[in-house]
This record gives sequence, C-alpha cells and structure tokens, in this order.
Amino acid sequence: MKLNPQQVQKVAKLANIPVSEEEVEKYSDQLSKILDYIDQLNSVDTAGVEPTFNITGLSNVLRDDEVGESLSQEEALKNTSQKKEGFFVTKGVFEEG
Amino acid sequence: MKYEPVIGLEVHVELNTKSKMFCRCFADYFSKEPNTHTCPICLGLPGALPYTNKEAITKCIQIGLALNCKIVDLSRFERKNYFYPDLPKGYQISQYRWPLCVEGWLEVEDKEGNVSKIRINRVHQEEDTGKLTHSDGQTLIDFNRSGVPLVEIVTEPDFTDPSQVKDYAKKLQQIFRYLSVSNADMEKGDMRLEANVSVRPVGQKELPNYRVELKNINSFRFMTAAIEYEIKRQIEALEKGEKLTQETRGWNEDKRETYLQRSKEEAHDYRYFPEPDLPELKMKSEEERVKEEMVELPQAKMQRFVSEYGISKQNAQVLVELKEVGYYFEKAVKLGEAQQIKPQELANYIVNQKITLASQDQVLRAVEFIAAKRVGIIEDEAVIKKIVLEVIKKNPKSVEDYKRGKLNALQALIGGVMRKTQGKVNVEKVMVVLEKKLKSGDTP
Ligand SMILES: [Zn+2]
Repeated sequence: MKLNPQQVQKVAKLANIPVSEEEVEKYSDQLSKILDYIDQLNSVDTAGVEPTFNITGLSNVLRDDEVGESLSQEEALKNTSQKKEGFFVTKGVFEEG
Repeated sequence: MKYEPVIGLEVHVELNTKSKMFCRCFADYFSKEPNTHTCPICLGLPGALPYTNKEAITKCIQIGLALNCKIVDLSRFERKNYFYPDLPKGYQISQYRWPLCVEGWLEVEDKEGNVSKIRINRVHQEEDTGKLTHSDGQTLIDFNRSGVPLVEIVTEPDFTDPSQVKDYAKKLQQIFRYLSVSNADMEKGDMRLEANVSVRPVGQKELPNYRVELKNINSFRFMTAAIEYEIKRQIEALEKGEKLTQETRGWNEDKRETYLQRSKEEAHDYRYFPEPDLPELKMKSEEERVKEEMVELPQAKMQRFVSEYGISKQNAQVLVELKEVGYYFEKAVKLGEAQQIKPQELANYIVNQKITLASQDQVLRAVEFIAAKRVGIIEDEAVIKKIVLEVIKKNPKSVEDYKRGKLNALQALIGGVMRKTQGKVNVEKVMVVLEKKLKSGDTP
C-alpha cells in the first residue's frame, strides 16, 4: 500500500508535527513500507475471533470517590519551559470555536 | 416552499464528585490557585495510569435512568485523539461506540404547551479538559479542571422549535439538580449546550445534508435566540438558492446574530479507539441498586402531588420546580395536618409568595406562621367577650366616637382587639361581640 503525499501531510497534521516537502517524500516511502509490514497480519484467518481490547480480562475496576494528594504548583510546573503566575504558558491559540 | 427546522442537542454536564474522573485530585476547581489540583494522571505525564471513579459512573447511570435510557450490558472507554493545549495527553478519554446508556427519551413542551417526545441517543461518560486563558498573544493553561468528570447527553435531531430546546435544557438542569449530580450552573460552565441546526422542506423525510453547530453559548436565552436567528438565516439562504455547508457558529449578543467560527475544511478526525488502560464496564447489574438510591424526579413528584394532595397541576408544577420547595411543601403539609390546614391552602401560599431556593427556610417559617396562626386562634366567645370588654374599657374615646356615629371608631376598637391577641382571633366573632356590647350600651 502506497501512501500519497496528501495522506502523509494529513497524518503529520493530525500528529501536530511540521514536515518539509522533502520529508513528505521520504516519509511517504517509509510509512508505506511500515504499512506493508503490518499488512502481513491480514494473512491470518481471524474469522470468529473476538477482537481483544484489553488483555487483563478484568471488568468494573472502580475506586471509591476519595480525594488523595496532588502535586504542588511548583512540582506541576517543574518541567515546563514557560510558566507565568502559576500557569503553563503556550503560544497564543484562539479560543476554540 | 415551506421549511421546517431540524434540531439536535448535545449537553455536557460536569459532575460534582469529590475527586476527578481517573485520579484522586480534588475535582472542585472553581476559583482555586491554578495548577494546584494536578497529578501525573491528569497532567498526562508518561506512564501514568487512569483509575475510574465509581461515584462518577453511578451518577452517569442515574442521569441515563432519569432520561429513560437503557443501561448497556457492556461499555468501554475510548480515546478521542486531537491536539489542543488544554488536553495534556493528546487525547480525551471518552465514549463513542460503547456508551454507558442508550435509547432514552424525554417529554418536552413547546411555547404553545404541545408535548412531544425527544429521543435521547446516548448518555456517556468522559473527562473535562484544562482551562485556557488568553492574554497578550499568549495562552495560559490551568489543569485543575483537567480530568473532572463530564457526562455528555446527545439527542436525536427531534426538536422542531427553539422553545422545545429551552424546555429540554431547563428540564435537564432540573433533573441534574434533583439527582444532586451537578450544580448545573450555565454561567460557571457546569452545564454547556451545543445545538445542531438545519432546515428542510416540509414533508421531506431525510435529514438535511448539512448541519450548523452552535457552540460556546452559555445561557438558555442566548441559545434560544441563536437557534431562532440560525433558522431564519438558513431559510433565507436556501430561498436565495445558496448551498449551506457544515460549519460551527457562535453567538454575538451585541449584534444579536450568529457568526462563523470554523468551517468544514477544518473538521476534526478524532480516530477513536478503545482505551487499553481501562478495563471494560459491565454496569447492567448495577441498574437496580442505582435506581433504588435515586430520588423521586420532578415529573413523578408533580403527578403525585396532584393525586395525593388534590392540588392543581399548575401549583404542583411550581412546587416541584426546585427540589427544596417540594420538600418543604410536604413537610408543611404534615405540619399543617394537625391544624386542619389543607394542602391546597399551603400550595397557594407558597406559590403566591413566590418562595424559591433563595428563601427556602422562608417556606418553613411560612408554614409555621399559618399553623401557629391557626393553632392559637381564639374562637371561644367567653374569652372574646372578656378581651372585648378590656379593649372597650381602655378606649373610652373610641366608644364615645362610636356612639356619635363615627364608623371608623369600630375599626379602631377591632384593631385594639387584634393587637391584644396578636391577630390570633376570629375577627367575625369579635365584630359580633363588639357591636352587641356597644349597642346594648353595656359599657363601663
Ligand atoms: Zn490528578
């Protein structure tokens, strides 16, 4: 299966990763190879096999509604490159429509 | 050509649990210091694993049951993938193919009082995102709200009039408050409405091939105005032969019109897939337990008030509007029973006094007032005679005035009796006794 440049660009946009023209070319090739590799799974006959969503086999694993400890503001902001008055800061985005 | 509106509604309601949906951080974020209720789970740090809050699931099921939904046998959480700064994980844990509750309905009334059934497609559980503030070209992020339990309620496109939408939203808010699952305050963002609006020629069965999403509208009134405007705008566009497309619009209250926020080209592709970090939910068996713990809902309470207390439907409707008022009314009825106060009397009093949430203890006081008045009322003629004589004795001037034919002198004397008894006396009997005494000249 061959991914075309538009598809690569769409995937890049969805992953929020900027790609250059050359990279689109390169990734279109590489991603196509990965898809071909994964595609081998389709040769297995899975008729009558239930899809596995979760490997634990558990259900209804729930906790009581109790408040535990949170991080301090300082700890929460420790690894961010930009902070201001207790907030994380990012370049301006418009309020989502 | 005549057109009819096709409207569907999505309502988000934030649950009032103590802790967040998938972690133990404190869930109440309102006016707290930013980023003081976070942890690796709600900050989306690598390796953190979610742990589901049972109370949130119970509340979600309560909402589902209140909206006549079926609780499904098997439910799953799923990841809704998109990038936005308020979403630290890069996905929101939500439900798409396996919601907790499906196929419900709610009856709504339009402005003419016509009742129709709105089908509920689903009631599902998800988590809220962080809160963004925009200033000086920068965006500030507070993750205190990140991971707060959120329930989404989606209708089928069954509304045909904005007044039905308003009634539906108000009924939902009332149900949330009755169930005590949320404060459902629109202005604080506890409850958020999104409407999908399109129009089609009358008689057409198929849904229109476009829909306009109305978003970020934080009052019932603005939502109604936005829908009304949108219906008009769309019909005019179609009549001019324009083609309408999928888009998101907001409401400008100053201009009183909707405006374009996002068009189809930017439509999202969420790539939902099952959340591998959370085991599946089999909540059908919990249905009875949850049902038993649920309070009586407004509609049922209204009907019971009518049949049990014989009060009018209008009064009953006002009494059940707020859970607290209905509660105090029933307390009042019990209290009044001993004094032969009729429920209708109490209902009238509460409704006429416009007693609301803000003055709920007023309700009890009112009842006590009526009851106390009743209980202490002096009916005994011998007692009344005694009091009347005392008042006559103390007011020789009024007696003189009465004898000279001044009619308001009688009023003054009655007033004296009322003051002496603090109003707790049968006035008609007072008048009879008083006039008899005065006419007979049996005065000191
Ligand atoms: Zn947390």
